[in-house]
Amino acid sequence: MIQPEDRPDRQIGRHEVKETTCYMCACRCGIRVHLRDGEVRHIEGNPNHPLNEGVLCAKGSSGIMKQYSPARITQPLLRRADGERGQSAFEPISWERAFGIIEERLSKIRGEDPKKFALFTGRDQMQALTGLFAKQFGTPNYAAHGGFCSVNMAAGMIYTIGGSFWEFGGPDLERAKLFVMIGTAEDHHSNPLKKELARFKRAGGRFVSINPIRTGYSAIADEWVPIKPGTDGALLLAFIHEIIKHGLFDREFLVRYTNAAELVIQDESRDDHGLFKRFEMHIEEGCFDPQNKLWWDRELDKPISTHTEGVDPYLLGEFTLEDGTPLKPAFQLLKERVELYTPEWAERITGIPAATIRRLAHEMGVTARDQKIKLPIRWTDCWDKEHDSVTGNPVAFHAMRGLAAHSNGFQSIRALGILMSILGTIDRPGGFRHKAPFPRPIPPCPKPPNSPEGVKPNTPLDGMPLGWPAKPDDLFVDEQGEPVRLDKAFSWEYPLSVHGLMHNAITNAWRGDPYPIDTLLLFMANMAWNSSMNTVHVREMLTDKEENGDYKIPFIIVCDAFQSETIAFADLVLPDTTYLERHDAMSMLDRPISEFDGPVDSVRIPVVKPTGECKPFQDVLIEIGSRLKLPAFVDERGQRKFRDYPDFITNYETSPGSGIGFLAGWRGAAGEKFLKGEPNPRQWEMYQKNGCVYHHKLPRSYQYMRNWNQGYLQWARTHGMTRYAEPITLHIYSEPLQKFRLAAQGKGPGKKPPERLRKRVETHFDPLPFYSETLLAKLVDTHAYPLNALTQRPMAMYHSWDSQNAWLRQIHTHNYLFVNPRLGQQQGFDDGDWVWIESPTHKVRCMCRFSEAVEPGTVWTWNAIGKASGAWGLSPKANESQQGFLLNHVIPEELPPCEAGEHLSNSDPVTGQAAWFDVRVKVYKADAAEPAQSWPQFDGHKAVPGQQTRFRKWQSYVAGMFRKSAGIG
Amino acid sequence: MTQLALVIDLNVCVGCHACVTSCKQWNSSGWAGPMPDRNPYDADPSGVFFNRVQTFEIGTYPNTETLHFPKSCLHCEEPPCVPVCPTGASYKREDNGVVLVDYDKCIGCKYCSWACPYGVREFDEKNKVMKKCTLCIDRITDLTLPEAERKPACVLSCPTSARLFGDVHDADSEVSLAIRERGGYQLQPEWGTQPSNHYLPRRKVRIHIHEDELVRSDNPLVKEDLPVLPQDVDTLDDVAW
Repeated sequence: MIQPEDRPDRQIGRHEVKETTCYMCACRCGIRVHLRDGEVRHIEGNPNHPLNEGVLCAKGSSGIMKQYSPARITQPLLRRADGERGQSAFEPISWERAFGIIEERLSKIRGEDPKKFALFTGRDQMQALTGLFAKQFGTPNYAAHGGFCSVNMAAGMIYTIGGSFWEFGGPDLERAKLFVMIGTAEDHHSNPLKKELARFKRAGGRFVSINPIRTGYSAIADEWVPIKPGTDGALLLAFIHEIIKHGLFDREFLVRYTNAAELVIQDESRDDHGLFKRFEMHIEEGCFDPQNKLWWDRELDKPISTHTEGVDPYLLGEFTLEDGTPLKPAFQLLKERVELYTPEWAERITGIPAATIRRLAHEMGVTARDQKIKLPIRWTDCWDKEHDSVTGNPVAFHAMRGLAAHSNGFQSIRALGILMSILGTIDRPGGFRHKAPFPRPIPPCPKPPNSPEGVKPNTPLDGMPLGWPAKPDDLFVDEQGEPVRLDKAFSWEYPLSVHGLMHNAITNAWRGDPYPIDTLLLFMANMAWNSSMNTVHVREMLTDKEENGDYKIPFIIVCDAFQSETIAFADLVLPDTTYLERHDAMSMLDRPISEFDGPVDSVRIPVVKPTGECKPFQDVLIEIGSRLKLPAFVDERGQRKFRDYPDFITNYETSPGSGIGFLAGWRGAAGEKFLKGEPNPRQWEMYQKNGCVYHHKLPRSYQYMRNWNQGYLQWARTHGMTRYAEPITLHIYSEPLQKFRLAAQGKGPGKKPPERLRKRVETHFDPLPFYSETLLAKLVDTHAYPLNALTQRPMAMYHSWDSQNAWLRQIHTHNYLFVNPRLGQQQGFDDGDWVWIESPTHKVRCMCRFSEAVEPGTVWTWNAIGKASGAWGLSPKANESQQGFLLNHVIPEELPPCEAGEHLSNSDPVTGQAAWFDVRVKVYKADAAEPAQSWPQFDGHKAVPGQQTRFRKWQSYVAGMFRKSAGIG
Repeated sequence: MTQLALVIDLNVCVGCHACVTSCKQWNSSGWAGPMPDRNPYDADPSGVFFNRVQTFEIGTYPNTETLHFPKSCLHCEEPPCVPVCPTGASYKREDNGVVLVDYDKCIGCKYCSWACPYGVREFDEKNKVMKKCTLCIDRITDLTLPEAERKPACVLSCPTSARLFGDVHDADSEVSLAIRERGGYQLQPEWGTQPSNHYLPRRKVRIHIHEDELVRSDNPLVKEDLPVLPQDVDTLDDVAW
């Protein structure tokens, strides 16, 4: 036997170490990839990386099995002329031919009607490039997956506090004393949250988890508070009720940093009812929330300009101007709103005892009030007042899809933002802290086009494909008030759909509503499986034909590294690279990996050569953009400007000479500048030397109170991060929402919703948060379908897009439906039995497992473990397809017809967020005579040319020998 | 004598399985590898893992605890797997107390796995030898590695730092301190195996608020000059004769 110390590992074969950034999920940890003879030996966390500080999760440590996966697609593929869509009938073609097909098709579309080209991507951390491409092409039909993921979380928080969770900001667990996690399972921000949770608990912090299910992070909570799905808004409003009732709010914070004391016009007969009373003042063009509002001065008993030095305004009461205008402070309106939202009221809705609600509210209020932190940091606010310390109220929150994926999610999340604000925790130690480029104005500046004129042949889009409407006139609608976008984003159906509605793109394109399209390009989006609701029908739409035999969606291009379920439905397949094979930029123009203490961005640099003929999607876009002569990609003579993606990243500027490019670090000719500066030809090298990450630490005085921190805001403006240095006042009361409501009431000039949508907009665009049942619950028979059905992803697969991974699939080989044993007793089935889960639209047969860690009115499963037979390089007999199942089949992508429309998306009426978790179901035992196999089953998924499936009995991974032994070419 | 071991903090383990796969990737290509996978892409995949995480539910709804429990060889001080081995393949290193298997001597008879009360031995069906956690012996004894990296892969990767590594015989070590101060315990000590690995139990933090602490004298509602008494209602003074 060779003794372990006899032969150091690094001396076996040729050893190399390369640093890059993980992409086994969207968390983006820094990694060190060790190679032996050019094969991956092991992947470890980079200890010098600010995001993960050396740790790495189960997915990150399984990257080897992704790299050498038998699901890899290795050649461009064209559907054979004799093959039908959905049957995996492909022939390999050259890249030149693939580009030729794309160029011919897209140049014709661009010359005629650019919106007939739709580009949807499953990944939303490459939007800086994919969004740029769409805009340059001139199509508004572009979005990433945010619409079906967590747009409510982004929009609800950003329209309230100018920032949100995950990449935008998060709980400061280093200094918090009480941490409340609501509607979060195992997810974002994956490794950093785990790291911080452990530190927080070790430091003696108290952790409360509010969730219908106790798994993952909730397992280590000091208290688990089970809640009925979709009722978070009621709970949060009851917390606010209780905190206001006892005076546990941070008055000083509310007055100075929020619009709580600002006076709102209260006269329903007027067109400006519900808007802030504003006085005349010079307003910077495009500034949405200028400072020309009023407080009521208690000393003089009259209105006075907000933030007048020495004035202490009323937060409560009602007042009248000399001209008779009745006014109330926003906080008075909030207090009135929550008057009836008592803990007893919330108990009936949420299932949480009133005494628990009251106790938790008191814990939050008393901790925030009595355990204040004062850091000796001098800073100056926007009103020139100097502060010699930064105060923190150490109560932190984190929330994610549990709140977001409901049709009442936007208003629930507004309530959360308001709760965090009245406790005085925004961008303060121990509370919530922003991450650059946030905070941004409420709402942020970019806007979509606001009329069909924004789309013209051979012309870039006039506006951003995705933006932040501040008022009805910002909506992207035609003369009749109807949508211009395929997914109907920014229309009156979903006015603030800031991430688009990818989940409705296929249904709308199939129906030709609002219009048919020609070409659909999907990047890394499994729309024929776990990324669609109502998947059975969506798959039918992808193959459905017109009477003349043409497909209803004429041409589908899919770019992916793996044989996902969607590949079978492509006409053209483009093989993408893995994260270890390509360059990437996690850009400040998109969703970077910033820390609380300053901007951070990062890159990927290839550590191994691309497999087969795989080509990074970014290079594909630059190639197509150059061939189509899109202005950003060619010079004035129409000549190609960028050799490839790395060259593009180095040299692209948002406008000539702007100094703003994709990467913020080492700008300037010699790399001496940051955030803004001319292109640096050696920028990639400098990132590589620094572990592929750039971290700019702000001075301590710029690290807190950034919504109102004069120094920070001026710094942000100077460095091109924000357009204004105006204070970002928190929106306890949302004037932008009220503007949409007024339009729905027919008031004032400007755009008005179509008649059918007036009531819907008036109801949901409430300037103050409110609770109502989910849309679906109001439209289906909840007696016949009494249960809520949820999905979560397990930590070992969270945000990863493959469970074909040979190691990870042994951890979760197939999924079960988890049910409380009480349900089994009622329905007469036992642990492990085959059951049917049925919604009004579809049903699924699956295996159940009893769990005491789920609220009895809820059933749930791990998402995206179930696969279609034959997909992902797995054997058709794999457990994923035979015992595993996809819950999406029972989730409707549209609401039943109602007065607001025949085909409304099953989404939040404010943001278009897919309401995955609104689905109502019943569960009953499957007949003993039925096969012990999940249902529905699908055929048509077969290995494609160039894919090397490996169904051998044994596989042993040993770096340096594996590809040869496995026959990987 | 040095006794290296893991101390696993159940108070912070979220069951993410980072330890499971970081172990697999390190050891499959390492001294203790390979770690073959049976049916890697077919039905019922089942491979060798030195470290597994089990999840239990304790109690009944709503008083349910979900416990994630990482489990690997406990490197017992009195390992029952060693004396039963007919070939001497199963042994305990004298210098650091790590229990190992010499694959060259192992005949795959599985006596050791029958003897182990913790079920942490892993039989490699392909190569017909018994395998198990080595505490990444080829990392922790590799003097060419920087000292900070001479730790088991699972310890380095663990996102919650739930896995402490060190010498449980050294009273001043981080692991001994954790066992002493935080109630570290052994699994099934009644077997007399003296497992070296320890577990730290769950702890709960509660907040206690006295009723009279709820409202403070500087309550901000006072600032709002709210009418304290009802104005236009009768008092006894108005109506009494």
